[in-house]
Amino acid sequence: MRVSEAFASALTALRANRLRSALTMLGVVIGVGSVVLLVAIGSGAKREVEQQVEGLGSNLILVVPGEFALGSAPSVSRLKLEDVDYLGRVVGNRGSVATTVSSGEEVRVGSRRAFVTVNGTNENVPQVFDRPLARGRYLSRADVDTRRRVTVLGSQVAHDLFGDVDPLGRQLTVAGVRFRVIGVFAEVGSTFGVSRDLEMHVPVTAAQRLFGVDRIDALAVKAPTIDSIGRLQTTVVDALQRKYTGERFSAVTQTQILGTIGSILGLLTVVLGSIAGISLLVGGVGVSNIMLVSVRERTQEIGLRKALGARQRDILVQFLIEAVLLTTIGGLIGMTLGVAGAVAADRFTPLPTDVAWWSLALAFGVSVGVGVFFGVFPARRAGRLEPVTALRTE
Amino acid sequence: MTDPGGRPVVEAVDVTRSYRMADVEVTALAGVSLRIDAGEYLAVLGPSGSGKSTLMHLLGLLDRPTSGTLRIDGREVAGRSDAELAELRNATIGFVFQSFQLLSRTSAVDNVALPLVYRGVRGRERRERAVAALQAVGLGHRLGHRPTQLSGGEQQRIAVARALVGGPRVLLADEPTGNLDSRTGAEVMALVEQLNAERGVAVVLVTHDETVAARARRRIVMRDGRVVEDSAAGDGTVGDSAVGDSAVGDSAVGDSAVGDSAVGDSAVGDSAVGDSAVGDSAS
Repeated sequence: MRVSEAFASALTALRANRLRSALTMLGVVIGVGSVVLLVAIGSGAKREVEQQVEGLGSNLILVVPGEFALGSAPSVSRLKLEDVDYLGRVVGNRGSVATTVSSGEEVRVGSRRAFVTVNGTNENVPQVFDRPLARGRYLSRADVDTRRRVTVLGSQVAHDLFGDVDPLGRQLTVAGVRFRVIGVFAEVGSTFGVSRDLEMHVPVTAAQRLFGVDRIDALAVKAPTIDSIGRLQTTVVDALQRKYTGERFSAVTQTQILGTIGSILGLLTVVLGSIAGISLLVGGVGVSNIMLVSVRERTQEIGLRKALGARQRDILVQFLIEAVLLTTIGGLIGMTLGVAGAVAADRFTPLPTDVAWWSLALAFGVSVGVGVFFGVFPARRAGRLEPVTALRTE
Repeated sequence: MTDPGGRPVVEAVDVTRSYRMADVEVTALAGVSLRIDAGEYLAVLGPSGSGKSTLMHLLGLLDRPTSGTLRIDGREVAGRSDAELAELRNATIGFVFQSFQLLSRTSAVDNVALPLVYRGVRGRERRERAVAALQAVGLGHRLGHRPTQLSGGEQQRIAVARALVGGPRVLLADEPTGNLDSRTGAEVMALVEQLNAERGVAVVLVTHDETVAARARRRIVMRDGRVVEDSAAGDGTVGDSAVGDSAVGDSAVGDSAVGDSAVGDSAVGDSAVGDSAVGDSAS
C-alpha cells in the first residue's frame, strides 16, 4: 500500500467518526495552543523589557552599591552627592554622570492627588538617559545647586493632576512642600500595565531635603563610545572602592542587564512552555488510548485486510498515519488558536505577546512526534493481530 | 495432471495443527493429506469442531501447520515470513466469508479494489479491474454504492468480485450462503460456479449445508480433525475428470436454471440478510 493511499484511507476512517476524532484532537489542540500562547507571552515579556532597557539610552553604565542582581534587595547606599563630582573627575567629564535618589510620595494639586515616584536627579539626565521632553525645560545645574523646588512631570502625572490644563508654571505639593512645574516628559508607555509615566523629577538636593536623607541611591555614567564601556566600568568601580574602603560597588551595562533579564525571562518562557507541554503529553496519551480502542473495534477489519494480502507493515502504517493525522490536524488547529489568542492578548490585555516562529515550528514538530510516539504502540498491536483471530472476532 | 498449468493448487501431506489452550494441547487437525487441482470444485463438510475451519485457514495461508507439508500453488508454506505469506495469499487466494466482510463506509468498487491496493496496482488500472470484476458479477451499476445500501445477495456478490479481482488460483468460500435466503444463496452459488467454469479457479466450499454441498463435484467430509470421506480418494479419477469438464453443473447442480440469468440480472429480489458488513472506519 502506498503512503498517499494510506493517507486517504486514514482520512476516511477519521471522518467516519467525527465526534471521537474531534474529541481526541482536542487534547492536542489545547496542548499545542497553550504552548504557542504561553511561549508568546514569555517572549513578549522579554521583548518588552529589553526594549525598555535599550530605551534608557546607549553606552550606559549603572553604578549601584553592593552586588548587582535582579530581584535582590538593594544594599543600603553610602554614596553621597559629592560622588557625582568625584566620578566626573575620574571619568573626565562631569556632564556624563547622573544620579538618583527616589521615593514614592503623594502629590497634590488642590483636591487632586496622585501617588508618584519622586526621583531626585541632577541636570545631566538628558545627556545620560534617553528621556525626551514634551514641553518646557529640564532641571538646570543652578536648580540643583540652589535646591530649587522645581519639577519635571511624567506625562501620566501631568494628566492626572492637571487634566487638560497646561501644567507649566503651576504649583503642586509633595508631602506638603510646594514645587513649580517647569517641564513635562514625552509619553514612554507602560510595562505590564505599570506606567513609566507615573514619575516626576526634582533636583537631587531638594529631594534629599524632602526625604530627610543625605545619600544617593545610584549613579549612572555615560561612556563616550561603546569601546570605552569596559574600561570605564573598571575605572568607576575601582575609584569608588578606593574612596569607600571595604565597600563593594557594581557597575553594570545595559548588555549585562539585558543578559540577566533575558535569562530570567527565557527561563520563565521555558517553564511556561513546559507546563503547556505537559498538557500536550496528556493529549498524546489520549490519542494512544483512543487508537487502542479503535484497533480493538476494528479487529475484524484488520483481519479482513490481512486476508486480502495486507502485510503487518501495511496495517501498522495505516494506524500510525491515522494517529499522526489526528495529532497533526489537532496541532495545526492548536497553532491557529494559540496565535489568535496571542494576538488577542496583545491587543486587548496589558500582556505583551510575541509569537516566536520557533515555537510554531516546535509545536508542529511535537504534534507530529506525539502522533508517532503514541501511535506506534496501538499500530504495532494492530499490525501483529493474527488474521485468524481477527476474523473470528464477530 | 490434466490441468494444463501442471501443478496442483493445493498439496497437503499429513498436515496437523494443534494449539495450546491453558496447558492443554488441542489438536484441530490430526494429519490431513489432500490434493486439489486447478479448476476443481469441492465441498468440505463436517460438524462444527471437525477441523474444517482450521483447514480453511491453513489453505488460505492465514495460519501455519504445526507439522506436515503444505504447498499452495506449488510453494512450500513452512519457513516463509508473514510478509511472504501475505504476498502469496494476495496472489493466489480469494476469500468469501459468511458475513461478507465488506468495509461498510467504502464504495463497492473500492471494496473490490482492496486486494489490488496491497498488490501495489496503481489507481487507474486498479479501478478498471475492479469495475470489470463488478460487471462480471452483475453489479456494474452499483459501483459507487456502499455495502449498507445494498441487499445481502448484492453484498455477497461484491465479496465474490473482490475475491476474484486479483485472479486467484483458489476461491475459499466459508459458508457463503449462510446469511442468505435459499434463493439468493442459490444465485450466489450459481455465480461462483460460473466463474469456476469460465476462469478455471478452484473452488473450496466449506459448509454444513448438504444442499449447497451437493452442487460441488467433489466432497470431503471431516471429523475429529481428519478427512473421513473423499469422493476423489482411491482412484483420483473424480477430481481429474471434473477438471476437464467445462460444462458446469451438469450432474451435481440441481437448479441450474437459477444460474446465468440471475447473475446478469440487476433486479435480484434478494432480501437483505444479515448486513454484517465490517465497520471499516468504526474508530
